[in-house]
Amino acid sequence: MATTLTINGEAKSFEAPADMPLLWVLRDILGLTGTKFGCGIAQCGACTVHIDGKAVRSCVLPVGALSGRSVTTIEGVGATPAGAKVQKAWLDLEVIQCGYCQSGQIMSAAALLTATPSPDDSDIDAAMSGNICRCGTYVRIRAAIKQAASGRQS
Amino acid sequence: MTTASHMSDVSRRAVLTGGLAGGFLLAFHLPVRAVNEPVQPPDVTDGKFAPNAFIRIDETGRTTLVMPQVEMGQGVYTSIPQIIAEELDADLAAVALEHAPPSDKLYGNPVFGLQVTGNSNSVRAFWKPLRTAGATARAMLVQAAAEQWQVEPKDCTTSKGEITHAASGRKLSYGAVALAASKLAPPKDVPLKDPKDFVYIGKPVKRLDTPDKVNGKAVYGIDAMLPDMKFATVAACPVFGGKVDKVDDTAAKKVAGVRKVVVLDDMVAVVGDHMWAAKKGLDALKIDWNEGPNAKVGSAEVWAHLRAASEKDGAVAKSEGDIAKGLATGEKFEASYELPFLAHATMEPLSATVHMRPDACEIWTGTQIVSRVQAEAAKAAGLPVEKVIVNNHLLGGGFGRKLEPDMVVAAVRIAKETDGPVKVIWTREEDIQHDYYRPVYRDVITATLSDGRIIGWKYKVAGSAIMARWLPPAFQKGIDIDAVDAAVDMPYDIPNFHVEYVQAEPPAVPTGFWRGVGPNNNVFAIECMMDELARKAGKDPVEFRRGMLGKKPRLLAAMNLAAEKSGWGQPLPPRVGRGICVQPSFETFIATVIEAEVDTQGEVSLRRIVSVVDTGIAVNPDTVVAQLQGGLIFGLTAALYGDITIDKGRVQQSNFHDYRMLRIDQVPNIEVHVVKSSEPPGGIGETGANAGPPALRNAIYAATGVALRRLPIDRSLLAVGRKA
Repeated sequence: MATTLTINGEAKSFEAPADMPLLWVLRDILGLTGTKFGCGIAQCGACTVHIDGKAVRSCVLPVGALSGRSVTTIEGVGATPAGAKVQKAWLDLEVIQCGYCQSGQIMSAAALLTATPSPDDSDIDAAMSGNICRCGTYVRIRAAIKQAASGRQS
Repeated sequence: MTTASHMSDVSRRAVLTGGLAGGFLLAFHLPVRAVNEPVQPPDVTDGKFAPNAFIRIDETGRTTLVMPQVEMGQGVYTSIPQIIAEELDADLAAVALEHAPPSDKLYGNPVFGLQVTGNSNSVRAFWKPLRTAGATARAMLVQAAAEQWQVEPKDCTTSKGEITHAASGRKLSYGAVALAASKLAPPKDVPLKDPKDFVYIGKPVKRLDTPDKVNGKAVYGIDAMLPDMKFATVAACPVFGGKVDKVDDTAAKKVAGVRKVVVLDDMVAVVGDHMWAAKKGLDALKIDWNEGPNAKVGSAEVWAHLRAASEKDGAVAKSEGDIAKGLATGEKFEASYELPFLAHATMEPLSATVHMRPDACEIWTGTQIVSRVQAEAAKAAGLPVEKVIVNNHLLGGGFGRKLEPDMVVAAVRIAKETDGPVKVIWTREEDIQHDYYRPVYRDVITATLSDGRIIGWKYKVAGSAIMARWLPPAFQKGIDIDAVDAAVDMPYDIPNFHVEYVQAEPPAVPTGFWRGVGPNNNVFAIECMMDELARKAGKDPVEFRRGMLGKKPRLLAAMNLAAEKSGWGQPLPPRVGRGICVQPSFETFIATVIEAEVDTQGEVSLRRIVSVVDTGIAVNPDTVVAQLQGGLIFGLTAALYGDITIDKGRVQQSNFHDYRMLRIDQVPNIEVHVVKSSEPPGGIGETGANAGPPALRNAIYAATGVALRRLPIDRSLLAVGRKA
């Protein structure tokens, strides 16, 4: 089925089965490999992208339901104010270890800050507990979200 | 950071700088060949200065460092460049990094004699070789400049890729003298820097691998993309050791995008235009399995087998004093501790991309064992080793899972049946159910107490000998040196001390290394027993340990600082406790205090974690902190949830809903204090995983009085009103 989506601000047309999850369209058809496969059942958050600014798990999101919607991935989130702040805080505080889950972590954090510019610990827990990090970077993720929210420079 | 995956020119030309053998105090002393080669004159044919396998400088001054160890999150793509750049006086911010190609000779870890990243050996083993490599290259560049200027090398200084002759004010970049330097013979016995002059080592320099990890540019093995590639996913027989009986692929072949069904003897793969087609095709297959001899194995049999084995006498790994006399002195206590199978669950599932051509095989993956992958792939491909090209990548977690070549071997077998390149991705379910599991272990301890001190200590480990399969020279006289690591060198001063090992291979279930390796089991059992003995002796757990750590001053100092920083001894609310773990493994000395609460239902929550680490010179102190924070969470995840169970020869868990991970809302602040030290660097990546479980268990013991002796934590034993 021919589908057109706006991805990171650009219109992209492609052929894909309607039930194909957005994750595999991004990775295997469009070559945007920054969005990661972790579990396939929306349990780990590695595949998180934004649809119209909201964080969603792309591994269970059929692309057929998305025609005309606007998708932001890790490759494009730096162009958003919240995304840029999150990326900077992530580097300032050296959040990342292996980094495989961090595309998803950054997308979840950027969506959180867009909706809730000054999140408290419970806001962070609610927004981020769907994202697993096997390297265990949670302490720094929490600190980096707070830094990104405050605009404080390291 | 830019990383290029393939670099055959250096593998042909360059050699490891000499003078590196021996002299390391390492936890592993393996009877394998040394990998260190004598100094060879550099080859200048490509116009680059390449004095050894790790450093290349071209005439523009571009400096490329080839990484002999792989980056899987532990920060080695920053710590190794720090070590080389320190002695080379390169500009660390400007270096380019490359993944090493397969070569045990050039890139073998000096401890193993193999190109393997594991056992917290990277910085420990390469510390001196890479400092020497950097210093030797620097000396050659200085020599070239000094010859051009007709001055003495000793009157020249270097900084950030530039040579200065202060007396005349002249300067030359490394690039300007690269060609001349490449014609010089490498000098021997080049002096290394005085640590007081370090500009990179010991500093929390920014990681070189992370800028590309915030914007999706970093390339992991699973991200390899090639023109005209296909995508495949696999189903292996759910029963260990089972085979394919027959496959009905009628429905699968009707799935849009499915190109091929590959039936191998033990697994089936579907190849398609994308992963979704492959996965839908796989789901549409009807596979009949010949389940084989393991179809009835269950966890009860696994444990019965292990418990029976642990009752036998083992091979003696160490014996000091007179254990019979020791065990006949004072009051005797016995306890046994049991740990479950664990999967690795790297966030990046197993994956490999392979392009089979008639006369060559090219592989794109992320592995901890680059050279072994090449050798095993060659066997599977039916090609000579030199016809197999391995492009290694960043790893989305390793934790020991990618010390096995199975994913690449399977991908080669599938690629042999596929035209063009094929990327094989394991679903999470296949990844969890076809792991090499951290073995079940049972540790039986008999100890005697007299006057509040331990007089006799008999410790018996029963469990899988991973080394016997993975590195046979390390399995000798019935002793697996990994399985007894931390048991034979426990830190406490005990006059009569005896350690035995019983090899017990679990029925059906394959076993492998898991973060923390052998000490992950032994530190748990030792530290749990220490708390139980402290209680028998009527002593505070820290005070009890303090009396036996006189010969381990670094560990004692770490424990005292951890007690101070954690408020050890200060009052706590009901059902809240503090637990301690001290560990001297991997030449790093760590003391950890966990404060935890147990609610009336037995649910456990973490309140505070404090860890003090003396790892010698911390090459990158911020990475050390990060590894402790993350390692603790890795270990605590296992303590709270980790349990792979077997039924009908199959693993019962399949994904993160039933193989649970700690999440951000369960993790308190983790405070790590790094002790300043001038000792050589210790290992760090494994350590945190070992500190968490015993410290948590001891906190629960303090909070409830329940002495848990199995993991994961059994909440039902902790509910109010239950007796353990």
